[in-house]
Amino acid sequence: MIVAVASGKGGTGKTTVAASLASIWHGPVLGVDLDVEEPNLHLFLQPVIAGSEAAYMTVPALAESKCTYCGACSELCQFKAINVIGQIVLSFPEMCHGCGGCIAVCPEKALSAGQRELGEVRWGQAGGVGFLSGQLRIGEAMSPPLMRRVKARLDQMLTNGGDAIIDAPPGVSCPAVNAVMDSDVILLVTEPTPFGVYDFQLAWEAFVTLGKPLGAVINRAGLGNDAIYRFCREKGLPVLAEIPYDRAIAEAYSCGRVIATLNPGIEATFVTLRDKIRHLAQPGRSREAAHA
Amino acid sequence: MSNMSRIAVTSEGPSLDDLVDPRFGRAAGFVVVDLETMHTQYIDNGQSQVLAQGAGIQAAGLVAQAGVSCLLTGSVGPKAFKALCAVGIKVGQNLEGLTVRSAVERYKNGQIEIAPAANRSGR
Repeated sequence: MIVAVASGKGGTGKTTVAASLASIWHGPVLGVDLDVEEPNLHLFLQPVIAGSEAAYMTVPALAESKCTYCGACSELCQFKAINVIGQIVLSFPEMCHGCGGCIAVCPEKALSAGQRELGEVRWGQAGGVGFLSGQLRIGEAMSPPLMRRVKARLDQMLTNGGDAIIDAPPGVSCPAVNAVMDSDVILLVTEPTPFGVYDFQLAWEAFVTLGKPLGAVINRAGLGNDAIYRFCREKGLPVLAEIPYDRAIAEAYSCGRVIATLNPGIEATFVTLRDKIRHLAQPGRSREAAHA
Repeated sequence: MSNMSRIAVTSEGPSLDDLVDPRFGRAAGFVVVDLETMHTQYIDNGQSQVLAQGAGIQAAGLVAQAGVSCLLTGSVGPKAFKALCAVGIKVGQNLEGLTVRSAVERYKNGQIEIAPAANRSGR
């Protein structure tokens, strides 16, 4: 089972929830940081890194002597990463999305597969919890291609069974959707503030269309108002856990501690959350959740 | 391809009395002016509106095809600037607020500085 921990608003507690869930999970589990623009799950799980590799994407490389300046590549590229202007070929590899279309349509075979470095994939072990993450190269603007490399390694690491808990990037754009689209269950972590509620609604709208079981985790419960609870009731979205608005939790977080280890009460909250996630992910429930 | 007597100006409309469009890549269009005859030709840039990115590069291709030696506009981003340099088109920037006609007159009087670099950061 793959559990994606997502949110609309940033800073609601995705990493707090992901690290805590991983620490109390039953059976083999991997903590996966797919927030490749600013990964931070390692700060809490503190893994020993066993290996890493650079990840690359295919971008066009030009053999100009073969080019007849026909412009087929330029016409195809909707991102203008390769352009033929008169007798000049101008390429902007950083704008390339890696579709390979220009290489395929070039009638002179003047374009071949070159590479752009996307960042690094790292893996290791944090006590009983496996660890996997991606970190985008500084200057790289596109995170989904690197996220796909991290997910490919995740598939390999799960071939012998086990579960994974994905710490997703915030928001509802391509990176966020990429992080949750291959999961079995999506947790939406929010806080009961007006910002939290607003972005939670956006996240719900974006992710409900994926037809996966969804559940809410309300962090900093006790803050703000009850709008988030009313929204969840209206949409038939189960509130799976509430984490209290508590100074001791904030202090533990600021020291890089996994809050599930803070006291038996909080640990019990996460154990109950884990069991509810398992229940939500049972086959046959996804359809119901999708229509909720 | 370049003709020293032809320049392009980003414009909010097709005539010399329209305002200089402050944007290059997503300008409404380009008024191409023959400096000797003051004859104009308008190139619509509507197709750039459908591009999520790369509008400036595409626009550079459009003005290059028009065979101009210089472009007058408000702002040019770094990729468009690189494309314009590559095809040998000089760039005059910060001309927003003027009409196309007065931008062209300033150019003719040698009052426009040719930009050494883009004046806007890219996305």
